[in-house]
Amino acid sequence: MKKEDSAPTLVARRAFLAKLGGAATCAGAAVGAATLGILPTASAKTEPAADGASFPTKDYDWTKHQWAFGVDATKCIGCLRCVEACKTENSVPQNAHQFRTWVERYVHIEDEKETRIDSQQDPVNIEASGSEKTFRFANRYKDAKVDKAFFVPKLCNHCTHPSCVQVCPTGATFKTEDGVVLVDETYCIGCRYCVQACPYGARFLNEEKGVADKCTWCYHRITKGLQPACVEVCPVGARVFGNLKDKQSPVSLFIRNNRVQVLKPDMGNAPNVFYVGIDKEVN
Amino acid sequence: MESIIHFAPYTGWVYPNETVFEWSILIAVYPYITGLVAGAFTVSSLYQVFGFERLKPVAHMALLTSLSFMIFVPTPLLLHLGHPERAFNATITPHLTSAMAMFGFFASFYVALLLVEGWFANRPYIVEQAQKRTDLLGKFYRLLTLGSYDVSERSLRYDKKWIFALAVIGIPGAHGLHGYVGFMYGSVKAREWWSSDLMAVIFLFSAIISGVSLLAVLYVATCKMRKIPVDLACLKGLAYTIWAFIMVALLLEGLEFANMVYKNREGMDMIMQYVTGPLLIPYFVLQFAVGAITPFLWLSYMIWRGTTGKALIVGVTVCACLVLFSVFMMRWNVVIGGQEISKTGKGLLSYHLPFWGKEGALMAIFLTTAPLGLLYVLTRLFPPWADAATHAPS
Repeated sequence: MKKEDSAPTLVARRAFLAKLGGAATCAGAAVGAATLGILPTASAKTEPAADGASFPTKDYDWTKHQWAFGVDATKCIGCLRCVEACKTENSVPQNAHQFRTWVERYVHIEDEKETRIDSQQDPVNIEASGSEKTFRFANRYKDAKVDKAFFVPKLCNHCTHPSCVQVCPTGATFKTEDGVVLVDETYCIGCRYCVQACPYGARFLNEEKGVADKCTWCYHRITKGLQPACVEVCPVGARVFGNLKDKQSPVSLFIRNNRVQVLKPDMGNAPNVFYVGIDKEVN
Repeated sequence: MESIIHFAPYTGWVYPNETVFEWSILIAVYPYITGLVAGAFTVSSLYQVFGFERLKPVAHMALLTSLSFMIFVPTPLLLHLGHPERAFNATITPHLTSAMAMFGFFASFYVALLLVEGWFANRPYIVEQAQKRTDLLGKFYRLLTLGSYDVSERSLRYDKKWIFALAVIGIPGAHGLHGYVGFMYGSVKAREWWSSDLMAVIFLFSAIISGVSLLAVLYVATCKMRKIPVDLACLKGLAYTIWAFIMVALLLEGLEFANMVYKNREGMDMIMQYVTGPLLIPYFVLQFAVGAITPFLWLSYMIWRGTTGKALIVGVTVCACLVLFSVFMMRWNVVIGGQEISKTGKGLLSYHLPFWGKEGALMAIFLTTAPLGLLYVLTRLFPPWADAATHAPS
């Protein structure tokens, strides 16, 4: 050390080192606590929502909500308003291959063993719509002898035991306190392990952002007391959404008043999208 | 960002989002390279730990091969990521339930192990060069000595202890690393083609045969390049190793397929349609018949007849090349094949391999062969040859 180092300089240096030491201790403690499970790994996401500065809605308390979704397939008319609304509301890539929600059409034709299944992304349907930005089902079975036909809206199941969350190597995909599976776009590395792991084909890579993308149940809307865009626009009420902690919410009533089922129950994911009126080949 | 979306044609019913193949050929290259690392290390361990003296001529090269390929292991993954600059997120904040999260730690540990073991194995040569050379390379070797110029008998005995210990730790390290890669696929329950308890073990055995085969090819090639005779006992040792492990690999793959067919779970009809259709040639013909059964029978014949001389060299080299091809096909059939079968169990997709681009065939070929370039440089810096004319490693 040079002799001319003045006392104030030394004091400043010591203060800096003390701060550094303090910061290191805090960081060490945080890492230790996280390892021991004392602190949640993504503390910003698990703190009481109303206190979280980053949270979009100040007066929203996620501990008072447990969101769930109902689909009444007997009501769906396959108009695809929901698909288009979702794409617009959530800036989903405007192509016919990546969707946060989609609608499947099941058609039993007389004397045919296999059920015919298609969705809005089918080339025949895209040709009928004439665009990859607006969607419609082509009237391709008008001359066939149809025994039975129905539509099934699909979306992320926001599973209780989500495979995508399990496999995410960084924790960028996480489950919120109120039961929604989200992706932190600022943290996702775009490895796409979650896309592979989802049994329901609900995820894709958003090419523009380089991160995994999926339905959020319009989290930005539901935390403000609004309905998800797809539910909002459905003209027949085939999509139902609500809070399971509220016994009178539309989804609570939907589950209580119907015999509901979930997709691929053998996967053990415990989905939170409940279906009414689907047939055996729907998975 | 370069367009990575390739809409795949399909038959039957597939989920809309499945029409984009999310894991490309690079994800097939990744386990292939990792397998070569584990297999090459097996050869090194057979000599260092289990005392297979006949493998001495390749033991040292095996270590360098393992290191060269290991350094390239992360490259296909990094190229594939949507945000490669965030790759360390998985290491800084690993999500402990993820089968992928620990990869960075395992890989780093194993690279460190290879570097330390390589340093001990090459120390006498490094010291010799550091004392002899006065040029820039001399400085490099002097730096590598880490200040230790002691090559006394006592010191070398101490080094040998370390090499042995590191080789012992390296066996579970290398095989754990690759078994772990297999587990990453085997644990994905959403895909019937991957979801198997046997997947990790299958990956492991195919890794061993691929690494040993690579060593056999490299050994013959380097002998030809250096114009020295091939040590037939060593080559035979490698052939025996391939032969023994290929049997287990074949048995395991057969068992897995039989299990799948016998259980006949939902979606099996589509899998059968797939393996007897689009996968017939890549799976049954290329991977099994050409790449595994042919070399197995050929090696069996050579062992039975006591083939030697040029016939043995040609035979083992060709068999080794076939095995290398077969294992690549296995990786392809798992990674690409798994995605060609829809999660709906009611449809099939077909993957189109682009030639150009960061996820194209050319890049895959480059990433698979680039480690050989690094190996060439490393053999220049640390000659692994066990013949008296050059360097005689421990």
